[in-house]
Amino acid sequence: MTTEAFIYEAIRTPRGRGKKTGSLHSVKPLDLVTGLIGELRTRYPDLDEDRISDLILGVVSPVGDQGADIARTAVTAANLPVTVGGVQINRFCASGLEAVNMAAQKVRSGFDDLVIAGGVESMSRVPMASDGGAWAMDPATNYDTYFVPQGISADLIATIEGFSRDDVDAYAVRSQDLAAQAWSGGYFAKSVVPVRDINGLVVLDHDEHMRPGTTAEDLAKLDPSFAIMGEMGGFDAVALQKYHFVEKIDHVHHGGNSSGIVDGSALVLVGTKEAGDASNLTPRARIVATATSGADSTIMLTGPTPATRKALAKAGLTMDDLDLVEINEAFASVVLKFQKDLNIPDEKLNVNGGAIAMGHPLGATGAMITGTVVDELERRGGRYGLITLCIGGGMGVATIIERV
Amino acid sequence: MSENNIIGWARDADGIVVLTIDDPNQGANTMNEAYKKSMTATVERLEAERDDITGVVITSAKKTFFAGGDLKNMIGVGPDDGAALMAELFEIKDALRRLELLGKPVVAAINGAALGGGLEITLACHRRIVADVPGVQIGFPEVSLGLLPAGGGVTRTVRMLGIQGALLGALLQGQRYKPAKAKEVGLVDDVVGSIEELVPAAKAWIKANPEGGVQPWDKKGYKIPGGTPTSPAFAANLPAFPANLRKQLKGANMPAPRAIMSAAVEGAQVDFDNASLIEARYFVKLLTGPVAKNMMQAFFFDLQAINNGGSRPSRADGTAVPKREINKVGVLGAGMMGAGIAYVTAKAGIDVVLKDVSIEAAQKGKAYAEGIESKALARGKTTEEKSKALLDRITPTSDVADLKGVDFVVEAVFENTELKHKVFGEIEDVVDSNALLGSNTSTLPITGLAEGVTRPEDFIGIHFFSPVDKMPLVEIIKGEKTSDEALARAFDYTLAIKKTPIVVNDSRGFFTSRVIGTFVNEAIGMLAEGIEPATIEQAGSQAGYPAPPLQLSDELNLTLMQKIRKEGEEAAKAQGKQLPDDPAKQVINTLVEGGRIGKLGGAGFYDYVDGKRAGLWQGLRDTFKTGTDLEVPFQDLIDRMLFIEAIETQKCFDEGVLTSTADANIGSIFGIGYPAWTGGVHQFIVGYPGGKAAFVARAEELAKKYGDRFTPPASLR
Repeated sequence: MTTEAFIYEAIRTPRGRGKKTGSLHSVKPLDLVTGLIGELRTRYPDLDEDRISDLILGVVSPVGDQGADIARTAVTAANLPVTVGGVQINRFCASGLEAVNMAAQKVRSGFDDLVIAGGVESMSRVPMASDGGAWAMDPATNYDTYFVPQGISADLIATIEGFSRDDVDAYAVRSQDLAAQAWSGGYFAKSVVPVRDINGLVVLDHDEHMRPGTTAEDLAKLDPSFAIMGEMGGFDAVALQKYHFVEKIDHVHHGGNSSGIVDGSALVLVGTKEAGDASNLTPRARIVATATSGADSTIMLTGPTPATRKALAKAGLTMDDLDLVEINEAFASVVLKFQKDLNIPDEKLNVNGGAIAMGHPLGATGAMITGTVVDELERRGGRYGLITLCIGGGMGVATIIERV
Repeated sequence: MSENNIIGWARDADGIVVLTIDDPNQGANTMNEAYKKSMTATVERLEAERDDITGVVITSAKKTFFAGGDLKNMIGVGPDDGAALMAELFEIKDALRRLELLGKPVVAAINGAALGGGLEITLACHRRIVADVPGVQIGFPEVSLGLLPAGGGVTRTVRMLGIQGALLGALLQGQRYKPAKAKEVGLVDDVVGSIEELVPAAKAWIKANPEGGVQPWDKKGYKIPGGTPTSPAFAANLPAFPANLRKQLKGANMPAPRAIMSAAVEGAQVDFDNASLIEARYFVKLLTGPVAKNMMQAFFFDLQAINNGGSRPSRADGTAVPKREINKVGVLGAGMMGAGIAYVTAKAGIDVVLKDVSIEAAQKGKAYAEGIESKALARGKTTEEKSKALLDRITPTSDVADLKGVDFVVEAVFENTELKHKVFGEIEDVVDSNALLGSNTSTLPITGLAEGVTRPEDFIGIHFFSPVDKMPLVEIIKGEKTSDEALARAFDYTLAIKKTPIVVNDSRGFFTSRVIGTFVNEAIGMLAEGIEPATIEQAGSQAGYPAPPLQLSDELNLTLMQKIRKEGEEAAKAQGKQLPDDPAKQVINTLVEGGRIGKLGGAGFYDYVDGKRAGLWQGLRDTFKTGTDLEVPFQDLIDRMLFIEAIETQKCFDEGVLTSTADANIGSIFGIGYPAWTGGVHQFIVGYPGGKAAFVARAEELAKKYGDRFTPPASLR
């Protein structure tokens, strides 16, 4: 009999605009994490912290303020028992979900009892790509692997799939509408934990990147974000050399239909039945299956489809069995392609909006949207939910959970 | 000093040693064995006598300062020579590094061209002074031979000019600079007016800078100008460097620019000695690979053979046919080609009579030359005086009598045998009685055209390429009766107008038109197979052609292609033969019937807006039912284009149309855009990875998949 891995809690900070004027710019990324650890302790006073073996945190730009294994620093700073480890991982945009999956694997293998998983990213403090890396920065590697930035990949997907500017803008409007509806309906109330300063004063209690009421007409006014980069940076030519059947890239993405740059953190408490019982915890969901897949590194953002297929196969489920499907809204075309590939009905897909409206705090997002699905399965009384993200370098990660 | 040292040593009373490089066995100094031994020995002596030396000046006793690498030795290396090459390279590099670390100021006194290895010697000096005299060029042409400067050229230019400055200003384009410009770019420090001033200026600098013997990069706190990948501002743009390189190279098989960029960026992240090591590794990778060999063969050895008169005829006793200068050229027809021929001829200092049926037409032809000259004037490329003299040499006329005294006729009227016969008939008795009679035709057999004149032995084909003032090639065609003297005169004229002559025997389409036709047909045929047109264009670009095939077809004009095909069919019919139908024919006919004749007609394979190419015509996809799922490897498309031309070339050899591999290689690259990395259409066969046998095996594979036209001729087996 396999040990099951249960999700006991999934909480997150609100998402602050990822720039100097964002509310969370004054808050250290470390404090975003320790604040959530404090919340877990407040919510679960019987939590047997000695049974926690590890804190796994996804961070995509792990340098500076969020460098040097911030997970271990957070454990120490939060005064968790010295026996709790801490590891920072990086699977780019799916780091937060990867952390949850690793926690599930540790628990399900029987090696660990309780693991805290999640992620943090202060994009306002540590800009994307701050950690360099050979893929983009080493000319021979960049040249040989046909490196292009993600925006070019997203536009390439739209071009190949025939998603027009109107299509992707319409999807963005939907994200804003559903996010606004979810917030006003209080659907996030369970999981969002306001960020407080050292004096206990509230710094931020809502996702401040949202622009409720955005219309297609508003979005139509925006210039494409990646056209100049594609032309002057040479990246369109690179993509077309690999995707030789495409004559020209249609640059449809802009700030309004791409994920927002934000700050934030999320944590998910994963454990065995026995460890949960001992801490007086009630399981909310079971982790049914996890999967990872690679994809071509130039078009890059098509990994969710193969990862999802793998996860469904492992779980012995079909798309029809799923009540909710949550794919990170990195770019509108990524969602539309995924929806098209797997024939997902609108009413199951990103039902409370996503990163286009609320933002994508890189390392944290996977854990955040895990919480979104747990909450929504409970609210709807659904059974199975799937979480997936597209990933830089050409990957996808997917997780299937079951409400219990 | 040993007697074998090719570097002279002269120490003056002030303790300054003047080193003079002078290889007694060659006209120019190169990085051969003698140089390596001599430089190492010289540096050892400098080190031994350091305390008695106040400074060093390096100069050359040759007309050029130093010619660079020894290509004769370099072209022979293979993939297994890596270790030996590294050792050899470091003999050169170590000597230069020790020179720059001598602790005394070292000045390069550059008395002539310093290209490649020559420039690298000067970069190991602390100061570079160059004489602004004719013939001096400063630069790194390595990239154009598929190589990189590995004698410290990458490592030092990066440290002098910054990564971007070195890549764009010196390394990636292979620019050759005149002294003033070289100073502006930062490759040299001072320019003097004469060779005599060089050594005194060098000594003066040494006296004024006794502590000048330290390179900036050997000083504490040195930082590479413009930053490195660890500087955020530089890092932000860095990912676009390789992308833009890919864009510029269009994905063609050109390993040298990639290696140069890699060596520059990787080297910037480590100390000098490790940067130098990285640079060496990339160089060895290039030199032991096929592309550098291809390019050295074509752009050095083949070009040299042609310019040294490789295809100029000899008499039976082996002596060269004597030179007979051409003094006055008569150009018949002042259209695009005639106007261009008149211009390049006048530019070479030869008088030209430019004749057309009306004086207006003739003047319009001259106006072409005026247009080019006024642009050159505006850009400061010429002077009022020179420009006026050039234009005064062109006499436009409609009167046949003005052709009196002409000793070379170049006919450039429409491609029609009767018309050509007619115009030669009009002028034959007016021009000099022994004038050379040339026809600028791209396809019509010369022997047939020669039937229209009374002196077929003086008749020759002289095929220029459009636009004449830019295209470097002239294809000279011998008719059956063309004399060696006529050929020699045409050859000499071509060199005189600073173009590159190749010589071929008569046949329909000669060499160049015949071979390029196979490329265009192969690519157009792919449309009929249902291959997405964007894919076809990418295959052409990634094969390395300067213009992708459908775009090229639009520029060549589809009706012209139809006409040439028809003439070929009729000629075959007259001989009782029938040309095989190929899929391209139907595609071309369909487009022409639909009114899409090419760029001039405003519609072809592409749409055009205001004469500018706007995108592939969407109708292609519907008409030929193309799809984006390519069912064969993309490389097959590339190989089909490259192989069909190589095989047709081999047939040209078999039929005696071609007799020189150098002419085949250079003709294909300069005339019809065969990719430079291949080293030309013959070198592609012999330089194919695995050699000729591998080429044959791949050709047979293509024949099996795509048809008999790929079956390699027996002569290749």
